[in-house]
Amino acid sequence: MASMEQQLKGIMRWVDDRLPVTETYEKHMSKYYAPKNFNIWYIFGVLSFVVLVNQLLTGIWLTMNYVPTGEGAFKSIEYIMRDVEYGWLLRYMHSTGASAFFVVVYLHMFRGLMYGSYKKPRELIWVFGMLIYLALMAEGFFGYLLPWGNMSYWGAQVIVSLASAIPVVGDSLAVWVRGDFNMSGITLNRFFALHVVAVPIVLLVLVVLHILALHEVGSNNPDGVDIKKHLDEDGKPLDGIPFHPFYTIGHDVPAIIMFLIVFSAVMFFFPDGGGYLLEHPNYEPADSLKTPDLIAPVWYYTPYYSMLRAATFPLFGMPAKFWGLVVMAGAIAILFVLPWLDKSPVKSMRYKGLPSKLFLGVFVICFFILGYLGTVHPTPGRTIVAQICTAIYFAYFVLMPWYTSVEKTKPVPERVTM
Amino acid sequence: MFRTIALTLCSIAFSIGVQASDAGYPLDHMEPDIHDQASLQSGMQTYMNYCVGCHSLEYQRYKRTATDLGIPDSLMLEHLVFDPETKIGDLIENTMSEENAKNWFGAAPPDLTLHSNLKGGPDWLYTYLRTFYADSSRPLGVNNLLFENVGMPHALVELQGMQQKVCKQVPRLAANGGDMRDPLSNEFITEELCGYDLVERGYSPLELVEGTGALSSEEYDQVVFDLANFLYYMGEPARLDRTRIGWYVLLFLAFFYVFAWLLGREYHKEFHK
Repeated sequence: MASMEQQLKGIMRWVDDRLPVTETYEKHMSKYYAPKNFNIWYIFGVLSFVVLVNQLLTGIWLTMNYVPTGEGAFKSIEYIMRDVEYGWLLRYMHSTGASAFFVVVYLHMFRGLMYGSYKKPRELIWVFGMLIYLALMAEGFFGYLLPWGNMSYWGAQVIVSLASAIPVVGDSLAVWVRGDFNMSGITLNRFFALHVVAVPIVLLVLVVLHILALHEVGSNNPDGVDIKKHLDEDGKPLDGIPFHPFYTIGHDVPAIIMFLIVFSAVMFFFPDGGGYLLEHPNYEPADSLKTPDLIAPVWYYTPYYSMLRAATFPLFGMPAKFWGLVVMAGAIAILFVLPWLDKSPVKSMRYKGLPSKLFLGVFVICFFILGYLGTVHPTPGRTIVAQICTAIYFAYFVLMPWYTSVEKTKPVPERVTM
Repeated sequence: MFRTIALTLCSIAFSIGVQASDAGYPLDHMEPDIHDQASLQSGMQTYMNYCVGCHSLEYQRYKRTATDLGIPDSLMLEHLVFDPETKIGDLIENTMSEENAKNWFGAAPPDLTLHSNLKGGPDWLYTYLRTFYADSSRPLGVNNLLFENVGMPHALVELQGMQQKVCKQVPRLAANGGDMRDPLSNEFITEELCGYDLVERGYSPLELVEGTGALSSEEYDQVVFDLANFLYYMGEPARLDRTRIGWYVLLFLAFFYVFAWLLGREYHKEFHK
């Protein structure tokens, strides 16, 4: 047996001389030192990866039976649900996975906001993360059209027609995006191409960049202290621990199983989530003559949809619809510059002052309120609430340079606290 | 954190929206039972005799339905499939052309494979088929409380009989929300209400014309229950497997979690060195 081990080592040496497999493994797994004081908020990155793999695998198998045409799409989904062996399972894994993706990504982003994970030297990690979020929204949007249900159709119709709010080129732009004067099978075909090829490739590249950038500077932690300041005689961080096997087996595997339990409970017992994960009007085929009673995007877009609808008055000679588009785009764009808005000397919310905590708290509450308002009919009262929440959403960012620089912070410990 | 995920996911899963009916008429609730094969079989029998001529089930095959409902293929072909050309593996389609349908009813009758999902459950159909009434102002002589000015005839009229919209003497509403009584005789003080005023007080504004239907009111309700139950099954036949497999998956994951947690704990000791 010893000789077999020798042989394997020999093979590994041979490969390593030609491709840095062992070096890469050590750099990113067994000798990647992560802070010891990670708490439960630190598993959503791993969970996003789990969901990404789930989406890719189930997506590939769904593609095998899906028909991307205006005539065949709706029928092929029901074919998958009824005639393909375990087709219903693949489809529900994919549809529940889409919502789960946004749940874990939102929690992952909140963790970043809470512990200042975007601050120097992690600005690029944040920017790549935001690009992932953007790609994910595009992926979800394109994918949502594919079942070719009536809500798919009208949801996409509303969003694509937003382009026509742009002055001068708007209408031509909307036609260019649709490939037709109205939503049609042509639009469905191109959305299919974008959903299964283009955006996934972009997503994968961005995920690699996100992780490479992270492993270059190392992970932040709930205290926001730099673990590389205190090294042992071998140059390893005293407060760090190898990612593999201690975090992978010690933390991540149990957490992934716990996540799968929650995921399976939803997927097997409430796959349509009471009409929030799979909307009821999507059980009838796309019909260009029959508008659903209430056009609402899936829950993960509703905060931005609320902001879009909150712009109700024309300004500077531009229609309200245009300003809605500006507000919505601005709400996402402003997230990109967050690392340069936070002027606080400390990273973690644990050591920031009361204003930062209050602003983050109110920001999150407003995000939830906007999310809810996006699922219901607008009324004058609701529109005012949406406008106030939109203002608070932007205030959190715009006022950040001010409140993070004037507030009194607490002293940050030298070493991590467990 | 798990609490957070669980709460987030559960709040999505359980926040079942209040379902408003088309005309504001309150839905009667029924508890479907897709494991009751006798009910599903009876529902299918009604469907094939009264509904499929206009409403196809074009996403579902006879074979799958026969298997799920415990009906032997030969019996299915003999008693529930009326076109001799149809094979057991075919989709449950019908031969009505869309053009004819539009001429006859103003709109093509929709396919009903997914009707129950579209309406968020079987309650809508269960209510709809019990709220037809005679209305001479309509082209087909009938109207519906739930679906006002409906273009469909009352297909089950020979079973239910015809209902009429009536006004009823009902107890007045007391200030405390109860029924008003005369303080001396202790008898109800009544008033005549009609239409939606009755609905708001929880009374049906419809009354069956005696002797017009083949079934009693209870028997008819059962027929409609079975039919709605059948369409609830039809909306998602995988539901039969889904929850059963779901329990196995959850059991396996729970079992797996125990060992993953124990193993994780061993590694976790390293954190506190």
